[in-house]
Amino acid sequence: MRTVIFRFTAPYLTALMVLFSIFVLLRGHNDPGGGFIGGLIAASALAIYGIACGVGPVRRALYFHPMAISAAGLVAAVVAGIFSVFAGTGFMTGLWVFPTLFGTEVALSTPMLFDIGVYLVVVGGISSIALALEERESD
Amino acid sequence: MLKAEAMVHGAFSPADFLVIAPVAVCFLFGAVLLMARKRVEWHPFVAIPGFALVLGIDVALLLKVAADGPQTMMMGNWRPPFGIAFTVDMLGALFAATAGFVALCAAIYATFSMSRTERRYGFFPFLFLMMGGVSGAFLTGDIFNLYVWFEVLLIGSFGLLILGSEHEQLDGATKYSFLNLVATTLFLITTGYLYGLFGTLNMADIAQKAGRFENDGALLTIALLYLVAFGMKAAAFPLNFWLPASYHTPRFVVSALFAGLLTKVGVYALIRVLLMLFPPQHADLATLISWVAILTMLAGALGALAQSDLRRLLNYFVIAGIGTIFAGLAVTDPGSGAAPAVVAGAAQAAGTITAATGDAAAAAPLLAQHPGAMVVALSGAVFYALHSIVVMTALYLAGGTAARLSGSSSLFAMGGLWRQRPGLAALMLVFLLSVSGLPPFSGFWPKVILVRGAFQAGLPLLGAVILLTGFLMTVASARVFAFAFWRNPPERGAGTDGASFPPQKEPVPLLSMLPLLMLAVFVVIAGILPQWLVGLTDVAARGVVDPAAYVGSVFGGGS
Repeated sequence: MRTVIFRFTAPYLTALMVLFSIFVLLRGHNDPGGGFIGGLIAASALAIYGIACGVGPVRRALYFHPMAISAAGLVAAVVAGIFSVFAGTGFMTGLWVFPTLFGTEVALSTPMLFDIGVYLVVVGGISSIALALEERESD
Repeated sequence: MLKAEAMVHGAFSPADFLVIAPVAVCFLFGAVLLMARKRVEWHPFVAIPGFALVLGIDVALLLKVAADGPQTMMMGNWRPPFGIAFTVDMLGALFAATAGFVALCAAIYATFSMSRTERRYGFFPFLFLMMGGVSGAFLTGDIFNLYVWFEVLLIGSFGLLILGSEHEQLDGATKYSFLNLVATTLFLITTGYLYGLFGTLNMADIAQKAGRFENDGALLTIALLYLVAFGMKAAAFPLNFWLPASYHTPRFVVSALFAGLLTKVGVYALIRVLLMLFPPQHADLATLISWVAILTMLAGALGALAQSDLRRLLNYFVIAGIGTIFAGLAVTDPGSGAAPAVVAGAAQAAGTITAATGDAAAAAPLLAQHPGAMVVALSGAVFYALHSIVVMTALYLAGGTAARLSGSSSLFAMGGLWRQRPGLAALMLVFLLSVSGLPPFSGFWPKVILVRGAFQAGLPLLGAVILLTGFLMTVASARVFAFAFWRNPPERGAGTDGASFPPQKEPVPLLSMLPLLMLAVFVVIAGILPQWLVGLTDVAARGVVDPAAYVGSVFGGGS
């Protein structure tokens, strides 16, 4: 798949898809979207980059190992639950804060942190599998 | 407004979070270790305190349940039956605490036996993931959530099973994963039927509503499907064939945890679902379960006699143990239609058993409340399951040490370990006597309770087979000890399977005997002072037969 056109467009496509995946992730609380589907979009973006330019550049671009990203997501998801210990409510209860940043009210919540955790787990897990498969192919 | 009604209100103290803590801690430690995957040499120093913490939480939870009765926490404060409930009664707490103990021992053992490459594959993260799943299965109060934890522990176990990516391991893992996925799919389909019938997945809610349904075919179908699914998980005859086909391929420490824990999760789920939720259907299926128990015990004991490889032999010990536990589940309360004389006899039996354990104080309330034969037998089954978790893990770990010392796990190639390592030989002897059900070790008392329960419930064949299995396992154990430990080491090349020669002997550090010693302490204490454990398993069995306290803990508080 190393055609010039594909190799030229793949980085732009990947960047756009990752951006879109973050949009889908943040949109997910009240509208269709969320961590899982966002993570799938981001993982397919990385897979496209891997098909076009090889696995090495993807691993360099990610910097962290995909499994480490997955683990960070798991930590985020568990931490989202542990906040409820300090609030004295049942485990995994949604807790919200509304700080004002630069004059805009920003809604931050534990469900969002959990969703980001899911996003990272999916990105890490799926891209780890995809990269391993692409690597085998090139051997 | 609507949302406010659907939420539980009420403050929680940090102690209430003990219900969820084992799962959360396991995932947190597993994830942190996975992030530090390059720093393999740090892993044991994080993992062992982590498992010690999990065990500490499990024990604290057990004490809290013993003091205050079943504990419930609703996830996200949603009101039952809509939210996912984590409900811990004595049964779940006992299993969780034993699992935590065994996992700690295995982690210490793995520190001294795992090579660097195997740790790099992620042994400790997978172990935490699997323990998170196992703890979740023991602690959840929601039947669909139970399915989810089964899947979580399966994912962890797949990772552990193929540690090292050897050809043989992949072969074993394929059989294991395929059959386990069939069982979980069956579990999921049955749960779908259940939801269609009841409209709820909360176990306390199902227990409340099950009595209102007429005992028609639908509930019996569901109960039977659950029996098949969990029987497959537990490796009960005739669905036991996957276990000997896959458990001998991974590392000894992995086999130890699988043999100790994973089959018992199936047994736990069976007790929870069949005995607690569907007692009339369980009574209908009791004859079937008793035949399954008899055939499982015989298949396990005869299979063990036929094996010449230590690890395959231990696989069959696991199956025989599962059969013995199933024997305790085959006893039903005859109160529904049988002669009251049987009930009185069972109560008398319970009294004498407790008196025999030397605790007269515990005997008085037992007699006063007239426990049915079912409570007695179930208590014995739970005791046997806990004993089996510890002893099977211990046997595999001791067997692993023996195999590393002699460079082979074939009984024909082993020998002379008594002279080489008298301490290991003594510990192995303790575990072998215990698994055969000989006093004064932990296997003796649950078998006494089970045999008496079987005879009192009018199932003499079941009782006879328990005794026969004990005899056959004693013979198989004697073979292990005579071949691997007692006799002089065989001449080089004298073994029948020449493939394992020349043996690759490995040095075994003395410190790796520590987990064996810890497990042996449990085995000896449970054998010499069984009354504290019998007291706890009695409470667990009562809680299953009469789930009023369980239901009360979910629906009573919190509103």
